[in-house]
Amino acid sequence: MKKTLFDKVWDSHIVKSINNGPDVLFIDRHMIHEVTSPVAFLGLEKRKNSVLYPNKTFATADHNTPTLNQHLPVSDPLSRKQLQALENNAKKYGISYWGLGHEKNGIVHVVGPEYGITLPGATIVCGDSHTSTHGAFGAVAFGIGTSEVEMVLTSQCIMQTKPKKMRISINGKLNNGVTPKDIALFIISKLSTSGATGYFIEYAGEVFKEMSMEGRMTVCNLSIEMGARGGMIAPDEKTFNYIEAKEYTPKGDKWKKAMKYWETLYTDENAIFDKEFIFEGSEIDPMITFGTNPGMGISITKVIPKKEDIKGSIETFVKSLNYMGFNEGDTMIGKPIDYVFIGSCTNGRIEDFRAFAKIVKGRKRDDKVTAWLVPGSHKVMKAIKDEGLLEIFEAANFKLREPGCSACLAMNEDKIPAGKYAVSTSNRNFEGRQGPGARTLLASPTVAAAAAITGKITDPRNLM
Amino acid sequence: MAYDSFNILKSTAVPLPIENVDTDQIIPARFLKATERRGFGDNLFRDWRFNQDNSPKENFVLNNSSYSGKILVGGYNFGSGSSREHAAWAIYDYGFRCVVSSFFADIFKNNCLNIGVLPVQVSVDFLNKIFEKIHNDPNTEIEIDLPKQKITIESIAISEIFEINSYKKENMLNGYDDIDYLKNLKSEIQDFALKTPF
Ligand code: SF4
Repeated sequence: MKKTLFDKVWDSHIVKSINNGPDVLFIDRHMIHEVTSPVAFLGLEKRKNSVLYPNKTFATADHNTPTLNQHLPVSDPLSRKQLQALENNAKKYGISYWGLGHEKNGIVHVVGPEYGITLPGATIVCGDSHTSTHGAFGAVAFGIGTSEVEMVLTSQCIMQTKPKKMRISINGKLNNGVTPKDIALFIISKLSTSGATGYFIEYAGEVFKEMSMEGRMTVCNLSIEMGARGGMIAPDEKTFNYIEAKEYTPKGDKWKKAMKYWETLYTDENAIFDKEFIFEGSEIDPMITFGTNPGMGISITKVIPKKEDIKGSIETFVKSLNYMGFNEGDTMIGKPIDYVFIGSCTNGRIEDFRAFAKIVKGRKRDDKVTAWLVPGSHKVMKAIKDEGLLEIFEAANFKLREPGCSACLAMNEDKIPAGKYAVSTSNRNFEGRQGPGARTLLASPTVAAAAAITGKITDPRNLM
Repeated sequence: MAYDSFNILKSTAVPLPIENVDTDQIIPARFLKATERRGFGDNLFRDWRFNQDNSPKENFVLNNSSYSGKILVGGYNFGSGSSREHAAWAIYDYGFRCVVSSFFADIFKNNCLNIGVLPVQVSVDFLNKIFEKIHNDPNTEIEIDLPKQKITIESIAISEIFEINSYKKENMLNGYDDIDYLKNLKSEIQDFALKTPF
């Protein structure tokens, strides 16, 4: 039978299939962080179980960590306790642990690929929905709940039914100023936040072939925002070059053996998808969201749709615009903004900071804008310094913070105040996501940079 | 963590006719700092339910004493967004045992099944009938019959069959979870692990 890339990876990890039930799926790599793991460890202890394969689980602290003065004790007692719990659990069970200040510390989905924990053809899970990021390497990677974290710790397996398969192809060339984030926001705006629920996506076509590994991570990261279990891209030369000689990548004979498997990882010709979408690269413009879910995105030059053009519930649409303080038919260009956040597992990698630097270089931040530049990891932070980007940022009146999830979910102090507008490179514009009452506009690092310089929504192509 | 088994539930219901209710609304991130599973029900729908000074928002349904019960009825695409199981815990801890919607987000649905909240997916038509009926009479009772996979509003004599895979159904009926199952598979898993390439 012809198989898709997804079939090949999923099927080769089935320990057992239950009739009219889930598959028992073996997990190669498990990543944990401080927020969704403590209750799983408690469960483990209550049942007197242990961790079956501690060397397949990796712990990093990210969701709850401060992004200033990381060398000082964490001031919030609850956050401190949660971080402590992660450290204690990791030590107790022999799990490698990259805590606050550790040179390998960073956002779980940023550090996984950086150190070769993320591999093609692997099954990767984490108690965080954006685990889909790792699909950029041809892995089957998806977010799980805390009960499932406990399952993986106990048995290195989870029990899930196999999702359906979707392929999204984008052919042709991209327009100037269009980044991977714009591509993802474009797709979500077409499919809606539930359009891929129950599916696992494969991204295919020229645009993804041409895309850098970092761009692929951005796109796969956002798969979950259309409801998909995950998204993946077939591994190629770029993938293998990226992972080669990383700390946790197989070496020597093991590399050769793995390579044999990796070279089989593509969708067979004539394999069947349950659903297919095909777009042209030229359809896509720089994007921005105007509402309170990631599907409410439009080309930056367009106006907010009218009620009569909305497919879903009008009530929900109106509620969303009220929250944002926008009106139907409004133009996005020129709307004043208060905050800019660049970071998160969506756009907190070095390429994102390079794109940001390109726009702000030789310019100055608008005085009215507060900007938070938060690298996704220590490695990214170091690269920002080594490549001279920090000087560009400082000359333009930007400061760099320390790594973590930060204002992506605002669990730490980095909260956008109520009523304020933030152009954010993160992944969710839900009500209150970036702080109670915060109003989020999702966009690419390039659009964020243009907003930071001009103090309003600006087409970045005018600054290129 | 085992939960109370689920068989037949007959209860009034709380309507929340909003689409795309995401888990950041069900439980905002700032309440995820706990290291134990306790007290999440108090913060269920926190920012829809309370003002910033902690006074209740009068127009939110959980603050409306006409509505109560063990069934929460939500709009299309309920539970989207973050994978936080805390959202399902908050719903359970508040006292709901069942969420009814015309569509659920994947991870949320899984999380619910894993902790003993039954997600019941009905047709858009049936969902609208439920909303209409409880709007007109908040004392309307809904029956969820898990063994028969049937949801019924007796007072207007309508019912619908819902899907659940037989493995999960068995678990729910008995209050089991997957860990019991996986523990028994240990040697098979260990054999499997030997064959994996990395
Ligand atoms: S950056 Fe945001 S989305 Fe990514 S892992 Fe952190 S909280 Fe989750």
